[in-house]
Amino acid sequence: MKRIYAIQAWCLDCKRCEVACKTFHSPFENTVKAFKLGESDLHSRVRVEGTKTTSIAINCRHCENPQCVMGCISGAMQKDPVTGVVTSDPERCVGCRTCVSMCPFGAVHVEEVSVKGIAYKCDLCGDVLGEPGTPQCVAACPNRALIYVESEATC
Amino acid sequence: MLDYLLPKFKILRDKDLCIQCGVCERSCSNEVHKVDEDLGCVVADHAQCVNCQRCVCMCPTHALAITKWPQVDPGSKNWTLGYMQDIAKQAQTGGVLLASMGNPEPYPIYWDHLLLNASQVTNPSIDPLREPMETRVLLGSRPDALKVNERERTVLTTMPPQIKLDVPLMFSAMSFGSISLNAQKSLAIAAHELGIYFNTGEGGLHRELEPLADRAIVQVASGRFGVDPHYLNAGAAIEIKIGQGAKPGIGGHLPGEKINEEVSRTRMIPQGTDAISPAPHHDIYSIEDLRQLIFSLKEATNYTKPVGVKIAAVHNVAAIASGIARAGADIITVDGFRGGTGAAPKRIRDNVGIPIELALAAVDQRLRDEGIRSRVSLVAAGSMRSSADVVRAIALGADACYIASSALIALGCHQCQSCSTGRCNWGIATQRADLTKRLNPEIGAERVVNMVRAWTHEIQEMMGGMGINAVDSLRGNRLMLRGVGLNEKELEILGVKYAGE
Amino acid sequence: MSMRDNLREGDVRIPSGCAISGIMDRSGGRHDGSDILKSIALMHDRSNGLGGGFAAYGIYPEYQDLYAFHIMYESKTARSETEAYLDKYFMAEKQERIPTEKVSAIKDSPEIWRYFVAPHPIRLTTSETDEAEYTMQHVFHINANIKGAFVASSGKNMGAFKGVGYPEDIGEFYRIQDYKAWAWTAHGRFPTNTPGWWGGAHPFTLLDWSVVHNGEISSYDTNRRYVEQFGYKCELQTDTEVITYLFDLLARRHGFSQELAAHIMTASSWDDIDRMSPEDAAFETALRATYSNALVNGPFSVIVGSQEGLLALNDRLKLRALMVGEKDSMVYFASEQAAIEVVCPDVKNVRSIDGGVPFVVQLDEVAARKATEAAENIPQLMPQPHEVGVLPAR
Repeated sequence: MKRIYAIQAWCLDCKRCEVACKTFHSPFENTVKAFKLGESDLHSRVRVEGTKTTSIAINCRHCENPQCVMGCISGAMQKDPVTGVVTSDPERCVGCRTCVSMCPFGAVHVEEVSVKGIAYKCDLCGDVLGEPGTPQCVAACPNRALIYVESEATC
Repeated sequence: MLDYLLPKFKILRDKDLCIQCGVCERSCSNEVHKVDEDLGCVVADHAQCVNCQRCVCMCPTHALAITKWPQVDPGSKNWTLGYMQDIAKQAQTGGVLLASMGNPEPYPIYWDHLLLNASQVTNPSIDPLREPMETRVLLGSRPDALKVNERERTVLTTMPPQIKLDVPLMFSAMSFGSISLNAQKSLAIAAHELGIYFNTGEGGLHRELEPLADRAIVQVASGRFGVDPHYLNAGAAIEIKIGQGAKPGIGGHLPGEKINEEVSRTRMIPQGTDAISPAPHHDIYSIEDLRQLIFSLKEATNYTKPVGVKIAAVHNVAAIASGIARAGADIITVDGFRGGTGAAPKRIRDNVGIPIELALAAVDQRLRDEGIRSRVSLVAAGSMRSSADVVRAIALGADACYIASSALIALGCHQCQSCSTGRCNWGIATQRADLTKRLNPEIGAERVVNMVRAWTHEIQEMMGGMGINAVDSLRGNRLMLRGVGLNEKELEILGVKYAGE
Repeated sequence: MSMRDNLREGDVRIPSGCAISGIMDRSGGRHDGSDILKSIALMHDRSNGLGGGFAAYGIYPEYQDLYAFHIMYESKTARSETEAYLDKYFMAEKQERIPTEKVSAIKDSPEIWRYFVAPHPIRLTTSETDEAEYTMQHVFHINANIKGAFVASSGKNMGAFKGVGYPEDIGEFYRIQDYKAWAWTAHGRFPTNTPGWWGGAHPFTLLDWSVVHNGEISSYDTNRRYVEQFGYKCELQTDTEVITYLFDLLARRHGFSQELAAHIMTASSWDDIDRMSPEDAAFETALRATYSNALVNGPFSVIVGSQEGLLALNDRLKLRALMVGEKDSMVYFASEQAAIEVVCPDVKNVRSIDGGVPFVVQLDEVAARKATEAAENIPQLMPQPHEVGVLPAR
């Protein structure tokens, strides 16, 4: 399947990927509206870690044998058997954070929403959960530090 | 001391569009933008802005624009704000004003006064999509005549070495040091893909560029940085740099802080020391000395590579070029006063040298008057802004053109003229690791290749319109040009007729 | 307000379309001018009455070692000045008015004279040039400096007959049926203005060369500025003139065969060169590198006459019509096939001449001689050697 890879050498720590991710996953198409009207509801699935000189955009690898799915106690974390996309269903997530501790890449985050935490992770920008779309972080990256390429899973 | 210097630019931030994402803050090496948590908005330190437009391009919501600082000048056409600010700066620092890129002053741009021809009725224009349209040129010296065996189809005259350009363009000299390795790599990869050449400048050949060295013109300048037999033999051709259009008569100075480990290794000088290229070559005080250097380099490369000489366009350029041809140079490059630089004294950049259009026309005509034009190749440099400028230059008499500013603009340069600060936000004119990585050579090469391909198509369209299907027939074809808004003397020097004639 | 005088060729560049035609007997048999006249007359609508002319080879066998100058005079002073000049630099064996016929369509004809001359031997020796170069320089001088005089042709045992009018009228005017030649070429002109100058008509000639041309070359200024480096003066600013000088430079001065000279002017494309064997590619690349400025671009078809025969050439893209046909020892060229068939109804092998491929017809005796000669050219000036040392080559 096609996966997103982050290339540390070209990551500029600009975080345009985060802005794009937040916008896509907001109820709005427009970035300004997404940020001005949905601020509390914005969650980036990609996170740029590091400093100006060394940074990387951490993102889900959609593993062959995803640890997060194995550890999920509520069945929220699923790997689509056909597309291979690993997604987290906010309806079913109970915010136990098992997935966070099991992910070898630190690609899952739990954010407090209303009464419970919910695990957010990359869904490859599909319109339907489990279907890959056009990853917006890759499109927004000014320096090809994020690439979306066909690859064999390594884990 | 109170700072009398005014900001030059003002950031216009559309509050309705700003989402305070901080991309601008993280994009600016001059620390103009700051997301202020207390104020709940993004603030700007306008005085630091150089108008490189990186933030404008990076802003995800297009909330930014940059305008001129609105301060009016005192109303004098003599004491403009520019001159007053220059004095204020010198009163504060006591130093020579530094500037970058090419002469920005409003001298005539002759390209804009030369119009191109096209065929109508009496001969057909040629459609480059249907017919071959040859843009290849060979650079190097050529014999006056050939001796051949016609039956066996063999050449009996020894042909001097030539380099082959698939398009009559090359990337002019920009050293590693003055530009980043990623910028040089972008140009080298692009040159390779386009079948043209890049020029190492006086900065040596970085080991990572060795695999692309067959597309390099290696430069030998007055500081001799990075020059050894391996370097000379690695490239496709050698260029002796006598002068540069942006700063004729002036050497170079790369400050010690830019000489990091990589630059030091490539230039073969100690880390942290200033790299000073003297104004003249101290072994060339006259034309006969130049001949000796040309032949030293030819000896060092066993007469297998063309050796060119690059000079700035100055008043006596035609006679100098003729002397260079007679000194044994295979390629003569003339660099006009609009040519760019990483750093030059502002007064030199803005006041010394002459326009490439006039210099090129004068050199080409002089070499013809002396019957030696066909022996050498002539390359024009110093601001080709579009394919139309390239066509004009070739019609005036150039074999090929060097482009640099336009290639850098393709890479992201926005002509902020602040190269000398070393804080280039586009990762071009800087050695700072966090900035150089902003230029991914894969993207850089792609953009430059796209630009040159686009120019090539345009050149072919223009040639086709003229009814010409090989660039050979455009060279020196001044009947394809007509002047507008020029006086008699200008027309005479350019060797063109007035529109309507 | 009076109208401005019409600008002549030389004052301004005048594009023109044309009809051309050529007839040659390979065996050297001489034929009168009636066929060529018929052939060019058929293409009447390709000219507009503003220029026509003929070149003929082998017409003066009794003076074959002398240069035959055909000179047009617009005034008596032009003639006396020219004759004084000729007296100084040449020895004339014979001089006479060229016989002409009154033709109603031909008006304002100049005085036309011919001179059979040899270079003044002492002046030739002191000029340190050869006979051809000497003659050429003096022809240039007369055309450039003597007002009202124009040398229409200056070769040996050949001549040009040209003027303002339709070619068939010009032919009648010059009584070309009275001349016998082994090669004839003809030209009917369609210039885009009305200069009405006899010197501007074609064929253009220089020494033994004569050129008839149809087209408008787009490489004109590149070619002009190239040949002007070597002493040629493009006084008329016409394509035909510069093409003639290119042939003279490459064939006479650089010593190439006419075929190779023509090939240089319509060089192999880089695409073709890239597909050649390394040896052939090296040969073609050297030609293109050295003679890049001699590449002729834009639409043209030419027939070049010389003492060797005729050579027909089209531009690389074949943007102008030119046909050839053969019968026995006769070869016919014309812009239109009908103009061949009108003089030789049973012509064989009629075909279009390929773009960029010189079509050479040599006299049988010339072809036989060439086959035994060395295939190496002898440039008049040996090329500058490629310097591979700092000391002068021994």
